[in-house]
Amino acid sequence: MQEKHRFTWPHKDLLDVSQLSLDEVNHLLDTGEQFHEINRRPVKKVPTLKGKSVVLFFAEPSTRTKTSFDVAGKRLSADTFALTKSGSSITKGETLKDTALTLQAMNPDVIVIRHWSSGAAQYLAERLDCAIVNAGDGWHAHPTQALLDAFSLRNHWGRSFAGKTVLILGDILHSRVARSNVQLLTKLGASVRLCAPHTLLPAGVHNWPVTVHTSLDQAVQGADAVMCLRLQLERQQAGLLPDLSEYATTYCLTARHMAMANPGALVLHPGPMNRGLEIASELADRPESLVLEQVASGVAVRMAILFLHATRKDGGTK
Amino acid sequence: MSSPLIIRNALYLGQAVDIAVRGGVVESVTPHEAARRSFPADTAVHEAQGLKIFPSFADCHVHLREPGYEYKEDIESGLRAAAHGGFGAVMAMANTNPVNDNASVTQSMLAKARATWPHGPRLFPVGAATVGLEGKQLAPMAELAAAGCAAISNDGRPVGGAELFRRCMEYARTCGLIVIDHCEDPTLAKDTHMNEGETSGRIGVKGQSVVAESVQAARDILLAEYLQIPVHLAHISCKQSVDLIRWAKERGVPVTAETCPHYLLLNDTELVNYSPMAKVNPPLRTPADVAAMRQALADGTIDILVTDHAPHAEHEKECTLDEAPNGISGLDSAVPLTWTLVRDGVLSEHDFIRRWCHAPAEIFNLPVNRFAPGDPADFFLFDPEERWVLTPDAMHSKGKNTPFLGRMLTGRVKAHWLGGVRVV
Ligand SMILES: [Zn+2]
Repeated sequence: MQEKHRFTWPHKDLLDVSQLSLDEVNHLLDTGEQFHEINRRPVKKVPTLKGKSVVLFFAEPSTRTKTSFDVAGKRLSADTFALTKSGSSITKGETLKDTALTLQAMNPDVIVIRHWSSGAAQYLAERLDCAIVNAGDGWHAHPTQALLDAFSLRNHWGRSFAGKTVLILGDILHSRVARSNVQLLTKLGASVRLCAPHTLLPAGVHNWPVTVHTSLDQAVQGADAVMCLRLQLERQQAGLLPDLSEYATTYCLTARHMAMANPGALVLHPGPMNRGLEIASELADRPESLVLEQVASGVAVRMAILFLHATRKDGGTK
Repeated sequence: MSSPLIIRNALYLGQAVDIAVRGGVVESVTPHEAARRSFPADTAVHEAQGLKIFPSFADCHVHLREPGYEYKEDIESGLRAAAHGGFGAVMAMANTNPVNDNASVTQSMLAKARATWPHGPRLFPVGAATVGLEGKQLAPMAELAAAGCAAISNDGRPVGGAELFRRCMEYARTCGLIVIDHCEDPTLAKDTHMNEGETSGRIGVKGQSVVAESVQAARDILLAEYLQIPVHLAHISCKQSVDLIRWAKERGVPVTAETCPHYLLLNDTELVNYSPMAKVNPPLRTPADVAAMRQALADGTIDILVTDHAPHAEHEKECTLDEAPNGISGLDSAVPLTWTLVRDGVLSEHDFIRRWCHAPAEIFNLPVNRFAPGDPADFFLFDPEERWVLTPDAMHSKGKNTPFLGRMLTGRVKAHWLGGVRVV
């Protein structure tokens, strides 16, 4: 494997896709492809990161992302340790500063962090020597999700997304997935559309490199992929939506919508899905749905991310 | 009582003057050496060497944290920062613990100030508008006025209900006090950590809209016009609010307003890296708002400058943006920071003095030095050229929380007299 990774990874941390050049994105996804191949073998384990330790610090619960990183680490023979909210002192009572000091003391090679505060990953990155991988911070960024989404799309479209149109549908305001995907998809050359009711659109969105729609019927026309976002059900209580059935009537992606998209258009969802609210159940199970492919891509891409960040120092340059 | 004093060769509004002080008051201001006179043998002479002399400034909006939060600041340390910052009078907000909503708290604050800084800076407590700042029941404002409060305010916990706020204005008027309102609609501002706009949308932080401020400023203005009772609007931060205030003043509505150095010098891009030091309420706004604030200060729509001095302990700002408390520690650096506006031609030196000294004294009925015979000998010498770096060690407040840390400031307070007694 080493032979193919002469590329010296220049980043200590992965905080946000905006820090990556197009070459770096492609290198990371290419690396993911090699690991993807390992994941199809009968024995899905290589000794690449033997002796390296990866701490999974999930202050906010997420079974999927945490498991994905855990599997990714183990397949590379890294030791993975979970530090979760329950079963440790990580509650809203302990400051992130104290948590950071605890984590530092464990002397890990990589810390994967999921946190409710936007900027939490950067906070750790500024204070700790080891690599910090942002697995989602507040509403800010979810770079590994965006990279795995791109990885899934690349398997269908090839390396350049020029000429492709991706619609991101749902709660854009609170979505770190949307923010990271807008940055990454536009970097890869795709045109991006966003669609949501005004209550779920962020301030300043009209200056993002996207087109903004409130009508799904309009937004979906000519799309090559539709990325549904998860809707937090408490948005209704927060006064942002009248009721969930009205939301579903207006913004749930259905086969009727997909008929207006370009032929062969793909459907993505970061999961877990609220079937019938964000995405029609039957649509989620159709072949053009990449939902399960995204899960498999997630492991491969996260293997690449752990590999590049955990071995960076071994490459000689700091 | 202080001994006679001569300040020689100070620059007052561009003129070299000698200032004679006797009995704690200004005796005369004469052109430098114009009249060589003989002074009593015990006269102290201070050679000002051409430094600027300003009447002591008033800061009508500070949080001194005592009683209850002395680990952030106490009256002694807060007044020390004021003295070194050029302030001879400070008005301290009521959000202490216990809240300053009764005479005993007011009196204990005043006693502490007299004990620690007998010659000043003078403390003028601001009483709570409602009991416990809870926005339910009027505070005993007559009692607070009698105990020595200089104004009434629910600052920090704005009164959301228009009916109750009306009664606050009316009752405070009855007690001879003016209400200072922190203009913030509590529902529009709920759980917000910075200005709502381009930056908050991009970095994924819940933002506070400018209308959270201006909608309440509009309410206050309309009440002031209807009731014909003055109201003072605290730490105004955005263009929408100053447009409303300008409109109100043109109509003759009795409204006055203040802003702080940070709303004139910083914008919300300070927060792109989630810097807790730049977290303040109201939040730092956009560059367009900053331009509007500067314009409003220059044309007098904004009457006065204040610091909204809000000291916090170091560990309290050592966290993520959403967990950090609001506030900037301002007393130590406010004068040099706003001196930039004179250097930039936004304010004349005369207006600089007016916004920091004469106008606050008029609005809140504070003692003031206009350098007329008999005025309190409250003044400080200021080197307008000295460049210095704002470091924690250079600050006298316990609170070192300011986004200006590490920045080069131009202009420095060199000496400060209050009632003819040198305090710095
Ligand atoms: Zn306030």
